[in-house]
Parts: sequence; C-alpha cells; structure tokens
Amino acid sequence: MFGMRVRIALAEKGLKYEQREEDLRNKSPLLLETNPVHKKIPVLIHNGKPICESLIIVEYIDEVWKDESPLLPSDPYQRAQARFWADYVDKKVFTLGRMVWRTKGEEQETITKEYLECLKVLEGELGDKSYFGGEKFGFVDVALMPFYIWFYAYETLGNFTWAKRCMEKESVSSSLPDRHQVYEFLLEFKKLNGIE
Amino acid sequence: MEEEVKLLGAWPSPYSYRVLWALSLKDIKYEYVEEDLSNKSDLLLQYNPVYKKIPVLVHGGKPISESLVILEYMEETWPQNPLLPQDPYDKAMARFWAKFGEDKGPIFMAIFVTVGEEQEKAAKEAKEQLTILEEQALGEKKFFGGDKIGLTDIVLGWMAGWLDVIEEVSGLKLLEAETFPRLHAWVQRFKEVPGIKEQLPDRDEMLVYYKKKREMFIGSVKP
Repeated sequence: MFGMRVRIALAEKGLKYEQREEDLRNKSPLLLETNPVHKKIPVLIHNGKPICESLIIVEYIDEVWKDESPLLPSDPYQRAQARFWADYVDKKVFTLGRMVWRTKGEEQETITKEYLECLKVLEGELGDKSYFGGEKFGFVDVALMPFYIWFYAYETLGNFTWAKRCMEKESVSSSLPDRHQVYEFLLEFKKLNGIE
Repeated sequence: MEEEVKLLGAWPSPYSYRVLWALSLKDIKYEYVEEDLSNKSDLLLQYNPVYKKIPVLVHGGKPISESLVILEYMEETWPQNPLLPQDPYDKAMARFWAKFGEDKGPIFMAIFVTVGEEQEKAAKEAKEQLTILEEQALGEKKFFGGDKIGLTDIVLGWMAGWLDVIEEVSGLKLLEAETFPRLHAWVQRFKEVPGIKEQLPDRDEMLVYYKKKREMFIGSVKP
C-alpha cells in the first residue's frame, strides 16, 4: 500500500526505476540492510543511498525532481496544509481502516463508524476541488489514492468522482492493483486469521 | 512585512515546547496563549477543528496544527538558524529520525501508565528504542542534527526535560548513563543550548503535575 505511493510519485515524475518485489514473510538481505530500523517497505534507493517511510520518500522525490509535475505547492502555508492532510491519512484512514478488517461485531461497528466519519472529513476538505491538490494532482492525492482500493467494500460512502478522476491518470492506474483483487485478498486474509 | 504570530499551547506539553523552542531559536516574536485543555477555548476549536489539540501556530490569522507540520512551516517561512539541512538526502534522513522519535513517543509513555509486569515489559521496549537512538540516530555526533541542533533534537527534546521526571514518578530508570553514554551526554548538551536553556519547564512543578497524573492512572503510587 505505502509502496504504491512511491510508485505513483515516480510515475508522475516520469522516472525510470528498477522495482524489486519483497516477500514480507521472508525479507531479503537488501531490505534488512537498507531499512535496519523498521525492516519495512517501501525503500527507495537513489545513487546507492536508501530512503525509508513513504511520505518522506515522496517529499524527497518531489525535491530532487522539482521541475517535473510538482506534488507539493510552492506556498509554505499550502504546503503545511498538504502535509497536515497527508498526515491525517496516515493517522486516521490507515489506522482505522486496518482495524475494520481485524475486528468484528460491536467493536467493528464502532470502528467502521469512526472510519466513515474520517472519510467524511476528507470529503469536506476536498470540497469542490478536482483534487486535494486543487486543480492539479498533488501530495495528498498521492497519500490517499492507494487506500481507494480498500473503499470497494464500503460503497455506501458515495462520492467517488475524485477517485475516478485520479484513476484516469496513467501514473495512478498503472501503479495500483485491481481493487477486486484486493477484495479477494482481504477475504482470504480474514479466513486465514479466523476473522468472521 | 511582518505578520502577527500567535502560539496556542499548554504547559507542560512537550509538543507545545517544540514550537516554543523553534520560535526561540529563530528569534521570532510571538504572542503565547495558554490553553486550559479541560476547557478548550472557542479559538482553539476554531483553529484546529480536526483534532482540537495544541499546539497551533497562527501566522497572519492562518492556523497550522500538528507540531511536525508547524516545524516544517516555520523552517520554510523563517529560514534563519535552520533546523533542517539543505541537501535533499540529508533532509530525508533528518525527517526519518524525527518521525521515529515522534512515533515511538507512546512506548515511553507506557511506563508512566502501567505498573508491575506490564511496566517492566514497557521499560524493556523503551530501552530497545533508546539503543537505536544511541547507536544509529545519534552515533558520534554532538546533536542529532550534527554540530548544531536540528529537527530531530527538537522532537526528542522531551527526553531532556521530561524523561527524568517521568522516570522518577514511574519509579524506574530508562536512560542510565552507563548504558546510554551518548544519549546521556546529549541530554546535558541540549539543555545548555541558548534558546533551549531559557525555555525548559520547571522540574519541581513538573514533578507535582506528573505525580498527580500518575496517581490518576494507577490509583495509588507505589513507594
């Protein structure tokens, strides 16, 4: 999921890169060496030097290849807003979203409600804009898009026009897996972990 | 053109102090508003409707919330006495460690809200994070930011002013000088930095405050 953010950013900048698929149940020596602290993906290796944490990587990409499709606005206040909302995606959408799949019964109901509330807050922030970044696709859009494929199970949410618009971009559609595949994967995950 | 700067904070929140330190280091004039978190002002609710938390920096009437977001904004708006390096890679590394410090905060607070076996377990986890900070984040450097303090030092600044109070109140030591000599030295150094030195919370007042909080969490404090 977080790897998708980096792929979208790299595609937005039109960059060529080598992609290595990691088996997270059997992590490679390269992963353990380049991210010894967290041992997680994504890791971007640029000129032999590793960068970890998806949003930090995206900011790095945006700074190094700053002339092509900027993801963060140039105004410091707007940048602060973008960072705030990307952080909100991490703090709320990600954290609550994953709990929805891991709970059941009353607990799941409460968490789902909270989760949908968060999505409503995001909808409010999006407002009438084409993208969270305004007229152009930007940092918050990159941060949130990978989670869109998880929304499939909650069609009650409604307004997916934003998501459809993002999916029309080559850089996004080529970077995200098919959401039906994700749905199947999650059903399997639930079965394997005994979550009814 | 100078625009008004206001900080909504609350004593003794370390998050509040992060912004106070940055304001002090960059020599920015500001108005401070102390918030009563048990009775949040309309101003706070208006400026931070999403989280309703402090700190909130208000610049020219426009609010910014979340201490790390505030610090990055301050860095871009007032570049004097920079907290981040210029090189994009070094900047990414600084952000990585700042985020690490931020994310691991709750692990340290766990010793404060637990007792007995649970507390021992929390202490063990906390010491693992200290080892990472000691060996990988700080290493042989004077500060996390290198020769001068930077973003990560500010994010971890709570270890300089708050940790020993938390340790005393919780009844156990985490940052032992023999086990973590570099971190221990860093704490002393950090407290002496001009700009930080004048902005550290009073230890006695903190003891009273955190003792009360712990009592609330635990019921009664063990001798």
